[in-house]
Amino acid sequence: MEHIPLNFPFLAAALLVGISFYIIIFKKNLIKLIMGIAMMASGVNLFLVALGYRAGGNAPIYTDVPEGPMVLPVPQALTLTSIVINVAVLALMLTIVIRIYRHTGSLDSEKSRKLKG
Amino acid sequence: MASLIAQSPILIIAIPLAAAFLIPLIGMVSQKARNALVVVSLVFVAFLVFALARDISINGIHIYTLGATSPDLTIPTGFMVPVRIILEVDGMSVFFSIIWSIVSLAAAIYSLSHIASETGQTRFYTLLMLMVMGGFGLMYTGDLFNLFVFLEIASISGAALIAYRTKFADTQEGGFKYIVVSAIASLMVLFAIGLLYAQYNSLNIAYLAQVIQYTTLDKIALALFLIAFAMKTGMVPLHLWFPDAYSVAPASITGMLVITSHACMYAAFRICFTLYGGVINAPVVGWIIIAFGLLTMFVGVTMAVYQKDVMRFMSYHAISQLGYMWIGVGVGLAVLGNPQLLATFGRDAMSGGIFHILNHAMYKPLLFFTGGALFHYTGTRDLTKMGGLAHKMKWTTILYMIGTLSISGIPPLNGFSSKILIYESVYQFHPILTITGIIVSILTLASFTKAFHSAFMGAELPEYKRGKEVPRSMIIGMLILAAGIIFVTLFPSLVVDWAIHPAADALIDQSAYINAVTGAIP
Repeated sequence: MEHIPLNFPFLAAALLVGISFYIIIFKKNLIKLIMGIAMMASGVNLFLVALGYRAGGNAPIYTDVPEGPMVLPVPQALTLTSIVINVAVLALMLTIVIRIYRHTGSLDSEKSRKLKG
Repeated sequence: MASLIAQSPILIIAIPLAAAFLIPLIGMVSQKARNALVVVSLVFVAFLVFALARDISINGIHIYTLGATSPDLTIPTGFMVPVRIILEVDGMSVFFSIIWSIVSLAAAIYSLSHIASETGQTRFYTLLMLMVMGGFGLMYTGDLFNLFVFLEIASISGAALIAYRTKFADTQEGGFKYIVVSAIASLMVLFAIGLLYAQYNSLNIAYLAQVIQYTTLDKIALALFLIAFAMKTGMVPLHLWFPDAYSVAPASITGMLVITSHACMYAAFRICFTLYGGVINAPVVGWIIIAFGLLTMFVGVTMAVYQKDVMRFMSYHAISQLGYMWIGVGVGLAVLGNPQLLATFGRDAMSGGIFHILNHAMYKPLLFFTGGALFHYTGTRDLTKMGGLAHKMKWTTILYMIGTLSISGIPPLNGFSSKILIYESVYQFHPILTITGIIVSILTLASFTKAFHSAFMGAELPEYKRGKEVPRSMIIGMLILAAGIIFVTLFPSLVVDWAIHPAADALIDQSAYINAVTGAIP
């Protein structure tokens, strides 16, 4: 861990969010779009977890904790909540995409499009 | 009664949540009992909201701390910062929750017969109650992370409700667009919350407002918040999903989506005025909001003029009306740092914008409900295929006329009172705002008259001769909103004094919001 600079996870998170924006804007396939949103969620979650990390810190479990700094517990709680919410969002998106596919027979956002104007 | 009011913020959130999970159980036994549960719980919540509003107008900001021995114990003994989850209800939050409770009640009653022929009604009501709960939570929370959670609850259930009629292909597309936009917006909000937490180690809005520095990271967070909420409210140029989602949802849900966009507007105001109120570069952010507000107003109405689909036509008008609110409140924000200008016209402009939210939340769901009634009767949303419906649908015709006159700002209806307040005050800020507002208002009247003509006027068409007026519960749902319009029409100054000014002052007076939480520090 010593060789990795401390802001490395933040760069990774920024990269994930950047790539996912590219996917969401430019990809036509609905499944790829959902994957982009899942990636964006991972990027934001990684950012939250990285916030709470303290170099050399222990897990924030109060009973029988060794001496030294503890990592922040709050961002981890936030990340857990956010993961749960994103599971619900992704499940709903996939359900709707299955329906779209049944109705239109296509996963291309240009071809399955009905609403215009 | 006193203890009921003391506990009311959490009860207003908890009752719809409990009802949402009771509905599937009771729905297995009896449909009537399930419908009664929906209506009774919403009526009770509306009663609690009004009791809480009265209490706030007398005693000021209402605080509820979860897990504390006493509801007003915001800072635990031995701590310097608020660490518990706090619900904080001030004039602004309670104003929005009054709107939310009335419209959700009307939408629930309207749904009773609007979706009566669909399958899976129990799930519909479960999702509806979850959405109601999400909205109340969004307005009452004093904690940024809970704001994100409640926003997501409202969006997920909203998207599922848009896609509720799975037999149509277009509903699926609308629901998908809504959930994609909501997911992106919520993740941006979460990212911004992370940026703030990284610097100040707190999630409490009042505490953050006290310590915030307006560093570069804070500016990025502000931009993320504003873009996310503008996306959720359907501000031009982020509006492309808006008519798609609004036009395909069941009409009662479209009404709920209108107030969801107002709830997101509430969140944007809360962020700008309360969280960043002390440090924000108010003229710059204010002008950005005003510029996009103007664009929203104009693009919305010009897109609406040539629409053929009745719901789509109304949703473009909803976009256009949102512009008025952004302009009113944006002018207030632009002069926030200047007490003299604020007193001359800034407070009035904000009051106008907030008043317009109230009026819009009454007439726009009403218009969408009449659009749903037309769909119920004719089975199509295409205006060119309708005609002569006034012969059979007397109630719907009258209610549509009330909504039309109100949205176009015809005196003496309520739309006029809020628009004149906006026109008069923003004219002193910049005349072009008022001129655009009046032009947009004229175009609104023109296009609604055209739609009225093609749907209701003319000879009876042979294919619609057989039908009956829509069922009673749909009419009751619409009448609730029409009664709200008529009340505001008759007593505009009463409403402004009792509801609008306290809400505008709650936005301006940032320190009251902070002191209500952190004032307990010795």
